Amino acid sequence: MSTEHAPHGAPEPTHAAASRGGRFVFRASVFDAEALRRAFTRIAHEIVERNHGAHDVVLVGLYTRGVEIARRIAAAVERVESVTVPVGALDVAFFRDDIGLRQVAPLGATDVPVDVTGRVVVLVDDVLFTGRTVRAALDALGELGRPAAVQLAVLVDRGHRELPIRADYVGKNLPTKVAEDVRVRLVETDDDTDGVEIWGPPAAGPADGPSVDGDQGS
Amino acid sequence: MKRHLLSIADLDRTDVEALLELADSFSEVTQRDIPKVPALRGKVVVSLFYEDSTRTRISFETAAKRLSTDVMNFSVGGASVSKGESLLDTVRTIEAMGIDAIVVRHQSAGAPHRIAQWVDASVINAGDGCHEHPTQGLLDVYTLRRYRGNDLSGLRVAIVGDIKYSRVARSDVLALGLLGADVRLVAPPTLLPESLEGWPVTTTTDLDAALDDVDVVMLLRIQRERQRDAVFPSLREYTSRYGLTVERAARLKPDVLVMHPGPMNRGIEIAAEVADSPASVITEQVSNGVAVRMAVLYHLLAGGVGTAGGDQR
Repeated sequence: MSTEHAPHGAPEPTHAAASRGGRFVFRASVFDAEALRRAFTRIAHEIVERNHGAHDVVLVGLYTRGVEIARRIAAAVERVESVTVPVGALDVAFFRDDIGLRQVAPLGATDVPVDVTGRVVVLVDDVLFTGRTVRAALDALGELGRPAAVQLAVLVDRGHRELPIRADYVGKNLPTKVAEDVRVRLVETDDDTDGVEIWGPPAAGPADGPSVDGDQGS
Repeated sequence: MKRHLLSIADLDRTDVEALLELADSFSEVTQRDIPKVPALRGKVVVSLFYEDSTRTRISFETAAKRLSTDVMNFSVGGASVSKGESLLDTVRTIEAMGIDAIVVRHQSAGAPHRIAQWVDASVINAGDGCHEHPTQGLLDVYTLRRYRGNDLSGLRVAIVGDIKYSRVARSDVLALGLLGADVRLVAPPTLLPESLEGWPVTTTTDLDAALDDVDVVMLLRIQRERQRDAVFPSLREYTSRYGLTVERAARLKPDVLVMHPGPMNRGIEIAAEVADSPASVITEQVSNGVAVRMAVLYHLLAGGVGTAGGDQR
């Protein structure tokens, strides 16, 4: 039996760089803790505004960091509206389209505390990239019920979509190269300070892909 | 990554813990209104049972279907086997149809190992002779972890009954040993294996002494057909010395767990009242069996040529 997938509780190698032997180097810091807090507060305001309140809203985070981000947005909504928004956790591993192409291990057990049928579900993730995770999340969510609407909130949209998916709420649109890596760190999941950084290959040689306009996701 | 699950002896502690953690995710799936995920769509699983089995076969079939695989049953009784086909030919025929996994139960110890040498598909041992029944071992430790937390070290487990001929006992001893439990085997001298070399266990023939401070009692099915081999004088005497009777159960610790791999002989190795008591987790073992078998199937068949992790966006 393989032990290649990370056990629960350990930080999973979400980043491409982790499996490339860590040869990536730091490029730029995009968010610090304070900027993150403001982004979550703004997204909370937007969710409340778009949905005329937050009574029907359920925040469902995608493992791993999306779950913590969903909790923080829920806390911000509570400050703004004095409404407690249910927070769920969704694991999309069994719905991914790359099972068999690489090791796909679940990152946690799905736990959505309320019936999503008839409610507005806001899926929450840290980085929106190809859109394949969100595609899997829509399928996984469909197994739990039939929401009145599904919206998408992400901390960073880095472009390079491979599917027709866009986010409704975006912390920051970040132009990146495909070869680069956006690393979100949170106190709860990474035993670190809050922050978002861009890492990339050390050489300034030809990039794997073109730099794109980060606005394409919103 | 290994392709087969043939024996707990092939696994180390990390392997077992990874499978049990995977089973947690599938346990959640099995509790949904639609308890099914598309993870293994298009894969084909064949169950090849040379021995009678209802529960294990159905458990594997349920697990495989909840992962969206296609499941074929090769029933040995009415097919080519009764026409004299060899195991090798049967397996080659099945494989030629294009399959991904074979779940095998066979009366001969080692048959799944043999099959694994012949085929490219993954082979899962669903019980081979008196050798092993690895998924039962996994589901038993999984069940214990659900009740007692993930750390089983020092947990006192008594396994009672037909140890010698029990593949369940063998897999349980190995799985519990890997997770650090303190295992004692209780049986009449005729039902203890001749050699226990290398087994991390103690043995006794005195059930009442063994039950003093145990946290878990696992009963094994008394295979009545063995009475002919004169391994014990009578079923009544077996029950009075080795059965978990109501009186014995009353002396156990209040939070003890009672387990049985099934099928039970009520009134022989376990009293009906004990089997239905709150201490009994026998039904949970069955439910957990599906989640654990889903984890095994997923682990063996989801495969992957890429590296671990990778960018999941």
